[in-house]
Amino acid sequence: MKKTLEPFWWSLFGAGGTLAALFIPITLFVNGIAIPLGWLGAPGYESVLQLAGHPLARGYLFLLISLSFYHWAHRFRFTLYDGLQLKHLNFLIAVICYGSATVGTIAAGYTLINL
Amino acid sequence: MADDGQGAHGAGGLTSERMVTFEVFRYRPEEESEPVYQTYELPVRSEWVVLDALNHIKDHIDGTLSFRWSCRMGVCGSCGMMVNGNPTLTCATFVEALLPGPIKVEPLENFPVVRDLIIEMTDFMEKLESVKPWIIRAEERALEDGEYLQTPAQLADYKQFSMCINCLLCYSACPVFGLEPGFAGPAVIALAQRYNMDSRDQGAGERDALLNTDEGIWQCTLVGECSEVCPKDVDPAAAIQRYKLSSTVQWYRNFMMPWRAKG
Repeated sequence: MKKTLEPFWWSLFGAGGTLAALFIPITLFVNGIAIPLGWLGAPGYESVLQLAGHPLARGYLFLLISLSFYHWAHRFRFTLYDGLQLKHLNFLIAVICYGSATVGTIAAGYTLINL
Repeated sequence: MADDGQGAHGAGGLTSERMVTFEVFRYRPEEESEPVYQTYELPVRSEWVVLDALNHIKDHIDGTLSFRWSCRMGVCGSCGMMVNGNPTLTCATFVEALLPGPIKVEPLENFPVVRDLIIEMTDFMEKLESVKPWIIRAEERALEDGEYLQTPAQLADYKQFSMCINCLLCYSACPVFGLEPGFAGPAVIALAQRYNMDSRDQGAGERDALLNTDEGIWQCTLVGECSEVCPKDVDPAAAIQRYKLSSTVQWYRNFMMPWRAKG
C-alpha cells in the first residue's frame, strides 16, 4: 500500500476544527466582548498572567492555538490546490502551509513556556 | 369494471396542459464538431416529469434525440441529467416545479458525452469494479454449514449505503471529481463502505489499498454536494467521512505499534 500522510494531517485538521468551533467563540466572547463592555469585571494583568501560567491553562492555550493553525493550514492547502488550481505546486504548498502552522506552534509553545 | 389505465385524468381534456419550452443539449458527432442547443416547444401535462417531456419529444417531434432511460421510477439510475444546471433524475423531477421555463436539459456534468444526453461511463464502471463491490471471504464456508447469519443491527450498519443505484448524480455534483478525474468518487467509496461494513465481508484490507490513498478518500474535501443530490439518501459524504475516521485510527495504531501494522 502506498503510504500516505493524509490521515495525520486530517486528524490535526479535524481536532483543530472541533476545538476552534467550540472554544474560540467562548474565548472571543469573554475577552473581546464581555470584559470590554463591562459585563464581566476586568481581571487585572497579574491575575490573567497567573491564570495563563497554570499548567492546565498553558496546555489548553497551546492545543487551541496550535491545532487551530493546523486546521487553517490543511484548509488553506486545499483552497490553493483545488480553488486556485495549483496542483503542480502540491508539495511546495504543503510545506508552506504545514510549515507555517509548525512555526506558529513553536512560537506558541515558546511563549507559553516563558510566561 | 375493467381498468384501462386511463382514469378520469388520463383520457385527456381534463388535465391542464400548457406550452413549455425545452432547451436540449444536442451533440451528433457525425454532424457537428461542437454541441448545440435545440429548442422544442411542447404541450406539457401537469403530472409529467422531465423524462415524460423528453419521451414526448422523441415520439412526436424529433426521433433523433438520444437519451438513456428505463424504469421511470427512480430504481434503474439511467436517466440522470442536468436539468436547469442541477444533476437530477429526470424521472423524479416534475416539470411543474420548473415552470414557467424554458427548461434546460443537458448531459451529466464531468463526463465525456457520447451523443446528445448520453454520457460515457466506462471510467466509473472500471473504478467501481476495482474496489471489489461484492462480499469477499478469507475462507468460504461449506454449503452444508448454512447461510451467514446477520442481525438487524448488523444490517443497519451498511443498509443505507446499499441503496445506491449508480445514477452518477453525485459525480456530476462533486467539484473535486470535476477537477481530479482520477478521484475514485462518492458512489464508488460509498459502495466500498457498503461491503466494508457488512458483517459477512472480510475484504476491507483489499479495498483499503485502493481507497486509503490520495486518489481515494483523501482527495475528498467534504464539499457535501454528493449527499445533497443523491436521490436515494445514500449520503456518500458520510460514508467517506467515516472511512477517513477509521483509516486515521488505523494509521495511529500502525504508527504507535509498527510491529502490529497491517497493510
